[in-house]
Amino acid sequence: MAEREQKRKSQTHRESEEVQEEVSSKNESAEKLKADLDDLLDEIDEVLEENAEEFVRNYVQKGGE
Amino acid sequence: MAIAKVCGIETEYGISVVGAPDANPITVSSVLINAYVSEAAGRVGWDFETESPGNDARGFSFETPSNAEMETHLVNTVLTNGARLYVDHAHPEYSSPECISPRQALLYDKAGEEVLRRAMKASRRFMPPGQEIVVYKNNSDRKGNSYGCHENYMMDRAVPFAKIVKQLTPFFVTRQIICGAGKVGSEAPGADDVNFQISQRADFFEEEVGLETTLKRPIINTRDEPHADPTRFRRLHVIIGDANLSEISTFLKLGSTAIVLSMIEDGLLDELNVQLASPVQALRKVSYDPTLKGVLETVDGRLITALEVQWSVFDLAKKYFEHDGIGTVGSVEEVRQLLDLWEDTLSRLEQDPLSLRHRLDWVAKLSLVQGYKDRHSLNWNDPKLAAIDLQYHDIRPEKSLATRAGLETMLDSRDVGVAMFEPPKETRAYFRGKCLEKFGDSIAAANWDSLIFDTGKDPLRRVPMMDPLKGTFRHVDGLIRSSGSLVELLEGLGA
Repeated sequence: MAEREQKRKSQTHRESEEVQEEVSSKNESAEKLKADLDDLLDEIDEVLEENAEEFVRNYVQKGGE
Repeated sequence: MAIAKVCGIETEYGISVVGAPDANPITVSSVLINAYVSEAAGRVGWDFETESPGNDARGFSFETPSNAEMETHLVNTVLTNGARLYVDHAHPEYSSPECISPRQALLYDKAGEEVLRRAMKASRRFMPPGQEIVVYKNNSDRKGNSYGCHENYMMDRAVPFAKIVKQLTPFFVTRQIICGAGKVGSEAPGADDVNFQISQRADFFEEEVGLETTLKRPIINTRDEPHADPTRFRRLHVIIGDANLSEISTFLKLGSTAIVLSMIEDGLLDELNVQLASPVQALRKVSYDPTLKGVLETVDGRLITALEVQWSVFDLAKKYFEHDGIGTVGSVEEVRQLLDLWEDTLSRLEQDPLSLRHRLDWVAKLSLVQGYKDRHSLNWNDPKLAAIDLQYHDIRPEKSLATRAGLETMLDSRDVGVAMFEPPKETRAYFRGKCLEKFGDSIAAANWDSLIFDTGKDPLRRVPMMDPLKGTFRHVDGLIRSSGSLVELLEGLGA
């Protein structure tokens, strides 16, 4: 059992390495991420419920499932 | 032998009324559903002219007339796509039709979202000026009230339930790292230091196994109501999922679970050497740790991360696919796509979770909340962050933050539009949906496993549908098309 466990782990490890290459090539730089997010955060400012506190307080759901 | 993973999702939607925060949720849910039914009626050629919205518009009762729901006149209707749309307690609920694959179940889940969106729009003309019903696809009101998004999977009755519980629990505790919908803060007692967690629902689970769904919720729900031949089938009723907006989260949730259940049936998960020492605590521990670095203890004293548990399951799934093809979950191409996506997701979670912000709900929500918090130098308990959390799930396109998060999609919106009205071709939902479309006026009652027809003469004729894989397009389409009358249809069925 221990041997099989070990084998599975090393297999996983190998697979992780294979995909690692692909993943890092797709990794975006921190700047790109920030620029992306900046636009999105501008949008949130525009659409977010005006009175956040009241909105959150009034959202009550009873009787689920 | 594993059997086809017929599956589906039932979602209870959250509701609020702009301009009337104290509105009765049962009434509001009823208005919403009646508004949809009366509008959709035009689409399927039914005559609703003489009926008043607010009453049971064409309420195809889903249960027998003695059912408590009928007595309280809660709205209960079946759609031509085979789904059930009704008021469940105090929420509108959409139960998708029986689907043949995770991909199809994703399609019908999204169709349900669209149904609720149309219902919201249609309800406007029934509301007083200044009031508007808003629908949310989430699982908590952030005040300790939770409502469910349940999955259902068909399983072979021969598999001992204890085996399902043992082998499924570690997978269910950890799959939230893929399909969690994220939440700002916590609603569990004593968890005040949690700023952001992966799952909407982890706060509400207190047991490992049990029958409850509204209190002392269990990780594995034991409701034994197969809605099919009970000697052959089990319907595994899964209550531990979050409602997802991301198509990829939904697809992976359904797909990985369907594969795992097939593996359990085929005895292939016997190799999974992971049993968690305290599953309920582990569930919260995983949820409260968006870094994914925390370790869980196994019964044999090992320490293992949630990702490692998922990798172990994935490795077995991949091996299973190479041997078997996993036809119970879809075509070879579909299953390969599913496994590739599952593997890529686990790799990214390992390397750089934020790279999944266009794919997974919890990551998308975390990046919005974290970004907003940093930009405005807010504390974690600022109501604006809680508002972002809720508004992520608002299904109005102009308000939804999930829509703005730029989530990748898998579905064609035209297919979603069709799925609002057309049933899946590969399950008994086809028979239900098409009979409703053609002979709707003569259906006295519909249920998951039967249709009851009224031919105008006593007695009513009941057509059982005890096998979810019978009553498909291939089985009944010719007959339904060629039957000019209900009597012809029933004769053709030999009913």
